[in-house]
Amino acid sequence: MKISTLFYTIRQGFVNIFRNKWYSLASIATIAACLFLFGLFYSVVMNFRSIVMKAEEGVSVTVFFHCEKDMCESHTEGQIPSDIRIEEIGQLIAGRTEVSDVKFTSDEEAWENFRREKWGENYEAYSKGYLENPLEGDDSYEVFLSDVSLQSALVTWLESMPEVRKVNHSALTADTLSGANMLIAYVSIGIIVILLAVSIFLISNTVAIGIAVRSEEINIMKYIGATDFFVRSPFVLEGMLIGLMGAALPLWLIYGIYNYALTYIAERFSILTSFLNFLPVNEVFGVLMPVSLIVGVGIGFLGSIVTVRKHLHV
Amino acid sequence: MGKKELSWRKREQFIEDNGIIYLDNVSKVYSKGAPAINGITLGIGKGEFVFIVGDSGSGKSTLIRLLLRELTATDGSVYVMGRDLAKLKHRQVPKFRRNLGVVFQDFRLLNDRNVYENVAFAQRIIEVPGKDIRRNVPTILATVGLAGKYKAKTRQLSGGEQQRVALARALVNKPSILLADEPTGNLDPKNSWEIMTLLDEINQSGTTVVVVTHNREIVNAMHKRVVTMKRGIIISDEEGGEYIDED
Repeated sequence: MKISTLFYTIRQGFVNIFRNKWYSLASIATIAACLFLFGLFYSVVMNFRSIVMKAEEGVSVTVFFHCEKDMCESHTEGQIPSDIRIEEIGQLIAGRTEVSDVKFTSDEEAWENFRREKWGENYEAYSKGYLENPLEGDDSYEVFLSDVSLQSALVTWLESMPEVRKVNHSALTADTLSGANMLIAYVSIGIIVILLAVSIFLISNTVAIGIAVRSEEINIMKYIGATDFFVRSPFVLEGMLIGLMGAALPLWLIYGIYNYALTYIAERFSILTSFLNFLPVNEVFGVLMPVSLIVGVGIGFLGSIVTVRKHLHV
Repeated sequence: MGKKELSWRKREQFIEDNGIIYLDNVSKVYSKGAPAINGITLGIGKGEFVFIVGDSGSGKSTLIRLLLRELTATDGSVYVMGRDLAKLKHRQVPKFRRNLGVVFQDFRLLNDRNVYENVAFAQRIIEVPGKDIRRNVPTILATVGLAGKYKAKTRQLSGGEQQRVALARALVNKPSILLADEPTGNLDPKNSWEIMTLLDEINQSGTTVVVVTHNREIVNAMHKRVVTMKRGIIISDEEGGEYIDED
């Protein structure tokens, strides 16, 4: 393509938009509305996911081992592991894909943690009456998961070990978090698909109207010897420009709203920020901006190319 | 001499003998009704000026559309400048059309643009460089007598002037053939004569001109070749002929 033709195509793309300005505006507004909803939805979902992931990081499974009867208050019959075997089991657990971290807690540490939790910093004074460690023999592993939906599989595997006496876990927390994740994913996909379909339909209509408005000009071009590409490209570009403008507008709005909302929450509801970690605007826009622009231009291209092929017989 | 070369030579000879346009036993039948063109054979030589006359429904417009490769013949072959139009691929049609200039009764100008832009448009869409456009358009506007009106919007022009713009647009790409479909149909007698004189001048410079018209007075006065059509067939073809009154 010659440079002059490229400029002509770009100019005609803009001319089409201005010549058909009300329909173009309607299309830009609708795509902007769709992508605004998408952007808001994405921002909320990303933050929610981040909060859920933080919550997931706190979900852990605790593994206790069998111990000797006279050493261990919570004794049950089973295979008592050696210290080496406990270490081996720790390595086996850490090697599993669903496990993000494994922390060993000895019976001494467990007793100290318990006392610290119960009596605070002066636990030594309060627990003087305890001459022996009541948790003796209760060595354990605290296992953190990278994906809570795989918790039950991990628990089943841990319970199948002859040395394991007990596995503490919260099935309800894992199921709730895992369910919330799935729900978010399905709802997101559903809404995005509907919004995309509406946008493609609108761009297609706008381009079809543009073709109808310029049918005389297209006819003349055809008689003079314009190639298919030359006739069609301004309409395809028109669709892409509408998509681009429809994407840029909500990005600009969301950027402002998001920043404002973060500042507002930090100032007015600082208590929320202590346990809810909101994502910084750059982190959200690092994905949202390219995705929105590509989606905007992409649906513009798709909507116009379909219409041009259907209505523009050169 | 190879087979290919022999075939090429035969075709060249054929064009030399039969002219720039040759319709060989051509029929065109639309999906409904009787044939619009029924087995016509017509040759037009390079540099000829030919009137195609006949009543509405005689097949004149179908003939023009066949020559433009807007339609393809149901039967027979249409050759324009040595090319069998039925064998032309879709993507080759635009380049083929650049050899033809077309003028219509209703001018078909772009009313949102001025005279210069209307003519430049024809060059722009075949990707002529900008500096050539700036040189060619004023020249062709001077040829059709509109040099002083290049900035005028087409709506501000008279019918005759609008047809001159259409002619300038058809000629700016230097076509070998000019097809004019009722070019004086919307014009008064004075403007009709001016346009016909212009077409004659264009023909004198070597362009083949084919004019479809109902204008009896002009046809009879210009003493050119007249092809008369009726119900899809050619009923007369005379050099220096007259408009035959079918009634």
